[in-house]
Amino acid sequence: MKIWVPMDSAAKALGAEAVVAAIRAEADKRGIEVEIARNGSRGMIWLEPLVEVETPEGRMAFGPMTPADVSALFEDGHEKALGLTDELDWMKRQTRLTFARCGLTDPLSLEQYEAHGGLAGLRRAIGMTAEAIIDEVKLSGLRGRGGAGFPTGIKWDTVRMAHADRKYIVCNADEGDSGTFADRMIMEGDPFCLIEGMAIAGLGCHAEKGFVYLRSEYPDAIAVLSRAIEIARAAGVLGADVLGSGHAFDMEVRVGAGAYVCGEETSLLNSLEGKRGVVRAKPPLPALEGAFGKPTVVNNVISLATVPVIFEKGAEHYANFGLGRSKGTIPLQIAGNVRHGGLFETAFGMSLGQIVEDLGGGTASGRAVKAVQVGGPLGAYLSPDQFDTPFGYEEFDGQGALIGHAGLVVFDDSADMLGMARFAMEFCAVESCGKCTPCRIGAVRGVETLDRIAAGDAEAIPLLIDLCETMQDGSLCALGGFTPYPVMSALRLFPEEFGAVREAAE
Amino acid sequence: MRHSHPTSEDLQALIDAQMPLEGPLLPILHAIQEAYGHVPEAALPLIAETLNLTQAEVHGVMSFYHDFRKAPAGRHVVKICRAEACQSMGAGALSDAVLEKLGIGWGGTTADGRVTVEAVYCLGLCACAPAAMIGDRLIGRADAARIDAELEGAA
Repeated sequence: MKIWVPMDSAAKALGAEAVVAAIRAEADKRGIEVEIARNGSRGMIWLEPLVEVETPEGRMAFGPMTPADVSALFEDGHEKALGLTDELDWMKRQTRLTFARCGLTDPLSLEQYEAHGGLAGLRRAIGMTAEAIIDEVKLSGLRGRGGAGFPTGIKWDTVRMAHADRKYIVCNADEGDSGTFADRMIMEGDPFCLIEGMAIAGLGCHAEKGFVYLRSEYPDAIAVLSRAIEIARAAGVLGADVLGSGHAFDMEVRVGAGAYVCGEETSLLNSLEGKRGVVRAKPPLPALEGAFGKPTVVNNVISLATVPVIFEKGAEHYANFGLGRSKGTIPLQIAGNVRHGGLFETAFGMSLGQIVEDLGGGTASGRAVKAVQVGGPLGAYLSPDQFDTPFGYEEFDGQGALIGHAGLVVFDDSADMLGMARFAMEFCAVESCGKCTPCRIGAVRGVETLDRIAAGDAEAIPLLIDLCETMQDGSLCALGGFTPYPVMSALRLFPEEFGAVREAAE
Repeated sequence: MRHSHPTSEDLQALIDAQMPLEGPLLPILHAIQEAYGHVPEAALPLIAETLNLTQAEVHGVMSFYHDFRKAPAGRHVVKICRAEACQSMGAGALSDAVLEKLGIGWGGTTADGRVTVEAVYCLGLCACAPAAMIGDRLIGRADAARIDAELEGAA
C-alpha cells in the first residue's frame, strides 16, 4: 500500500506530520506494509493535509485529514473520500503547465522528475544556439511573473549581448507579498523545475552562475531547494558540464534576512552582495550592471520555472494559451477570507468574479465579499462591481489595478478599509529602504494623515490624495510608488469609510 | 544552538567558513546568529577586519535587516503574521490576545525570558490564514488557544 502525504509547508502547518505519524502507527497496529511517499501540494489548501492512496484506478484523495481519520483509510467507505485526485473539479479545470508535476511527484526524486517530462526542455535547449534559445522564449510571450510583466526574452537578450567576463542568473525568490505562495509551492513541490529553468537561462545568456535569493521566512523551501541543488549537481545536471553539453552552470541558495524591499530587484542585488538592501537607481539596468557589477538576469521563480515546459512543449504551445498580450498560464493564488483557498493554474482571461465566487466559493466566513486585493500589499483593492474584469496585465491596468504575482486576498464585509489603507502606509514605513524621500517620509506622513481622517478631519483627504500622487511619481521603486494603489483604491471604492462623499474622492 | 559566549576564535572560524562565497556578509551574519541566537557585538570588528570594511558598514548592514538580533531572544520565538491575508481572517484579534496574555508588545520578551513575540509579514500560508510560527513549527488557521497550548507545553 502506497500513501502520499504532502510535505508542503501549508500541509505541515495544518497537521501533515501528525497524519504521517498516525499512518505509521496504524499500519504497525494492523501489520500492513505501508510506503509513505511525500509530494508537494496539489494546491487545494482547504483540503490539506490531502492524503492520496494509490489504487489500480489511480490516486484516491482524502482530506482534510486529521490523525483521527487515519484508521478508516484502511477500511471501505471513508467519510473524507474525495474520489480520484485527477477527477476532482479543481484539478480538471486547470491548465497545469508550470505546476504540472507539483503534488504529483516526490519533490526530491530526479528520477520521477524525468519520468514526468523533466529535463526534456534542458536537453532540447542544449542542442540550440543561445540566440535560438532566446528566440524561443520571446516567441512564447512569457512575461515576468514577479509582477512587472516585462518580456522575459528581451531581458535575456540584453544579458546575452552584453560583453563581460562573468554573467549571472539571479532568481528572485523573495516572495514577500501577502496572498502569494506560488514560489514557495514550486520550490517545495517541484524544485528541479526551477533548477532546470535557471540552467536554460544560463545557456541562453552565457551565464555560468546562478543565485536563488530566498526569503528566510520560508525555511522548508530553503531546505528542499538546497537539497535538490545537491542532487542535481551529483547527477551532472549542474556543474562544469551540464548534461554533457560542454557548458558549465551551477547555482546556490542565498537566504534573505526579513527585508520586504529586497524583493525589488536592485535592492535584492545589493543584499546579495552583502550590502544594505537599498534600491539602486536605474539605469544602469541589472541586465547590464547587475550582481557584482556584471550583466545579470533577475527573474521571478515562476518565470524561470515556466521555462522548462516552454522548451519541452514548444513556445507556440505555451503562447496558444492566454488573452491578448498576456500569453500562457498564470498560477492564481486564492487567499484570505475565502472558502476554497489555494493555487489554480489557468490561462489568462478568467474574470475576477469567477475566480473569487466560482473557484474560491465566496468567503470563508459566509458573509458578503467586500473587496479583493490583487497583487500583494502594493496592489489595489477591487470591489464586486469590478468582478467582470478579465485576469490579464492590461485589463487590470485599465482598472487602476495590477495583477502583480497573481495573489488574490479576499475580504468580507467586516473589513475596515480605512484601517487597511493605514496598514498599507504603515507597512511601507516599516519596510522602506530609506533611499528616497517620497517613500521614507511619505509613508510616515501617510499614517499620520490617515489617523487625522479617522479622527474625523475630512480636510485631510485632499492632503492624502496629494501625498499619494507624490509617492507614486517620485519614488524610486514600487514600494513607495505602488503603496498608493491600495490606499487610493480603498478611498475611491469606500469613501464613506473615510468620512467623505463619493465626489470628493473622484 | 550554542548558548555559551563565543570566543574570538569561534567567531573567526564561522566567518572564515563563509569567505569562499561571493558576497559573504549576509551568510556570515546568518551563520553566527544560527550558532548563538544573536550576533554578538564582539563579532563586528572581526567581520569588518576580515571583509576589509569599517565596523560602521557592518553595523549598517546588520541593522538594516529585521532578522539579525543584537541580543538573544526568549527561549521560544512566536512569529505572528500581520499581513493582509491573515488580517482578513482575524490576525489582529489573534495577536492582540496572544500579546495581552503574555503581557508584552510586538518584539517584546516575557520577563522570565521564556517567550518573544515578533511580527512577520507573510509566511506563505495565505490560504490557511491566520498563520503563525513557533520556533520552526508552522501553524495554519492559528488561534490564541492553539498558540497558548503550544507554549504551555514548552519549558
